[in-house]
Amino acid sequence: MTDKNGFFDLSKTGLSRRTALKGLAAGAGLAVAPGFVRYSQAQSSASLKIGFQSHRTGIGAAYGRWYEKTTAAAIKAINDAGGINGRPVEVIIEDDGTDPGRGAEVVGKFATQHKTDIVFGTLFSHVVIGSAPAAGEAKMPYFVVSEGHHVASTKLNRYVFQPGITDVKSQIQAMAPWIAANAGKKVTQIFPDFAFGYDHRDYLPPALKAQGAEVIAQIAIPPTESSFTKYFPQIPAETEVIYHVMVGPAVLTFVKELGEFYGSNRPQLFGFIDSLEATDINSPGLEFLDGSHFWEGSPRYAQPDDSAAQQAYRAAVGIDDNGAAVGDPKDVSTAAHMFGCWETLYVVKKAMEDAGYKGPEDRAKLVEATEALTEFAEGPEHPQGPKTFNGKIHQCFGIQNISKVEGGKLKVVHKTKIEDGLYEPEGDYTTQAL
Amino acid sequence: MKDASPAKPYALHLGVIILLFALSFVLPDYHHGLLARIMVLAVFAMGYNMLFGYVGLLSLGHAMFFSAGLYGAGLAVIHLGWSVPAAFAAGILCGALLALVIGVLALRTSGVAFMIVTMMFAQVFYLVILYFASWTGGDQGMVVPQPARVLVLGSTSLDLTSPTVRYTSALALFSIVLLITLAIVRSRYGRVLVAIRENEERTKMLGYDTFSNKLVAVVVSGTICATSGAAYALLFGYVGSSFASVQYSILPLLWVLLGGAATTLGPLIGTLFMYYVVDITSGFTSAYLLIVGIALILLVLFFPKGILGSIRQRWLGWLP
Repeated sequence: MTDKNGFFDLSKTGLSRRTALKGLAAGAGLAVAPGFVRYSQAQSSASLKIGFQSHRTGIGAAYGRWYEKTTAAAIKAINDAGGINGRPVEVIIEDDGTDPGRGAEVVGKFATQHKTDIVFGTLFSHVVIGSAPAAGEAKMPYFVVSEGHHVASTKLNRYVFQPGITDVKSQIQAMAPWIAANAGKKVTQIFPDFAFGYDHRDYLPPALKAQGAEVIAQIAIPPTESSFTKYFPQIPAETEVIYHVMVGPAVLTFVKELGEFYGSNRPQLFGFIDSLEATDINSPGLEFLDGSHFWEGSPRYAQPDDSAAQQAYRAAVGIDDNGAAVGDPKDVSTAAHMFGCWETLYVVKKAMEDAGYKGPEDRAKLVEATEALTEFAEGPEHPQGPKTFNGKIHQCFGIQNISKVEGGKLKVVHKTKIEDGLYEPEGDYTTQAL
Repeated sequence: MKDASPAKPYALHLGVIILLFALSFVLPDYHHGLLARIMVLAVFAMGYNMLFGYVGLLSLGHAMFFSAGLYGAGLAVIHLGWSVPAAFAAGILCGALLALVIGVLALRTSGVAFMIVTMMFAQVFYLVILYFASWTGGDQGMVVPQPARVLVLGSTSLDLTSPTVRYTSALALFSIVLLITLAIVRSRYGRVLVAIRENEERTKMLGYDTFSNKLVAVVVSGTICATSGAAYALLFGYVGSSFASVQYSILPLLWVLLGGAATTLGPLIGTLFMYYVVDITSGFTSAYLLIVGIALILLVLFFPKGILGSIRQRWLGWLP
């Protein structure tokens, strides 16, 4: 992977008459010169360029770092196996600062300065939504690894895809049967009072209701809050399960204060690991989570029944059995999400091969080829598990993991089926013009 | 500010506008797009400069005026299906009304208290956006649909998503606001504002109603910022709460300080400078904000009045 800084690169300017004449003359000269065939081959094997919109700074920096590591590993594997359509793949990284304004500029930079073939890798929802118009206007295929429902909502545009990670609506829906059957029927939700929390607020109640359970209280906590004790008396006494999705630096305080509030006699706890991505589950203050359950996209800890593909993926990315960087146990990964980078790149590879992709002039073909995909089999290219893909809403569906905190580790106790997370499409991108 | 014949300043400003127009034909694609964005945000900085530079009121809440325009225009398109001109007018009106209300309340204070009050109002505005997430999209924001971003003028329709139309629209907006700003600061009213900045008590003793003059300045400043926000929503297709955060109240202050407070062209220079420092340095290191910080410190040390302010002080006293 390389960083490029093509500031005022004159090669990016439009074609002038003089340049065109020089080019024609040079082309004619080359055509009659020995070695022209070799030159043609060199051109056709030029790198495919993937623009990686990375959260290197800002609130998403921990994710960004691991997304870069995973992407580097996937690109190495793809290139070692011959690249895409026989061409090597090069990744160009630009930092979006986890800011939607800068994100849109970065997409524009990839399209007009770096002239990448696609843009890839964005996680945070507001950056995806802020950047999507720029991608659509530039007719630039934009493959995000965000888990937000924004792509599947069909409110973005035809150039935005999420084929490597499931969306939060699907995840919540898939969790509901297990929660109702194993944790309890009366659920109190505690969530941050912003969009990530609203997805859980809106999608969990109907999903639980379908399973004969119910949400009996919803407690929204303002994003500026730093102490949570005053909210806990709002939890109804009959609560059997506390469903929590607090995120950000305050999560340690949240768990600690929840533990102090309940002591040893607490309801069941169910959370999304998003709260603790890149955080050691054994950090002081998190002892209260022992015995609780979490959603994980891909397991952080190596599991006894890990497939060969999963083992190979972990080795390639460089994470140990505890989900930390090999050689640095304190550098905990964002394992539940970052597999999406690996899998998305293999979807891009498949779609480019299906489209016979040669360059930016084939971007529309690439969009249609991606939309035509339907299934991704579990294996080295999709180590997290099998998936289906709905080309109308540009979203994949897959299995989810429910893990229990046991002995300072997360042990997978249940894997959902793909069907558990399916829902009716809310629109159809394929009706939009390319 | 030294007096001068109007010819030089107007010639300079027209020259800048012509230069920006000419650049649209020669700039590489990326810089063409970036300059369009910079011109829109320079309008935001010009609005800020009107209050900070010419009246001496340091606000830490101007993000709310920018976002009032952003959401006023964006939501009018998204929820009400309004046309581009109507939505643009709605955005400007939202900003003007908000500025009037905030001005009436905040101008009861001055100095540090004014900074804090404006910051608190902006924070309230930010949280209101988050609270009404079902309408505003909360922290994720919303996309202004591409098909709706078409300006219909009689039988002609202009697609605002086209790079050429976008650049031209941004330049037109920038030019109009620049010339209005120049006219204001060179007018009698502009001189009253400078008098208030230099010595409010003496201005009062001369018989001027300083509160009313400052209130008008807040409304003009807020309206210009809202105009920028409305244009941003319609030209770039996204409305989001990050534009209402405190970061976007600090940024215009930095742009104006860099370019030169109380100079009409300073906001453009400052915005341009900051954008390119970030754009270039982020290609080399993730610690680019450190480099931006060092650049700011050096500028403050060696050009305490900003780039154009220092040039005016040393060489071109006639610069408005």
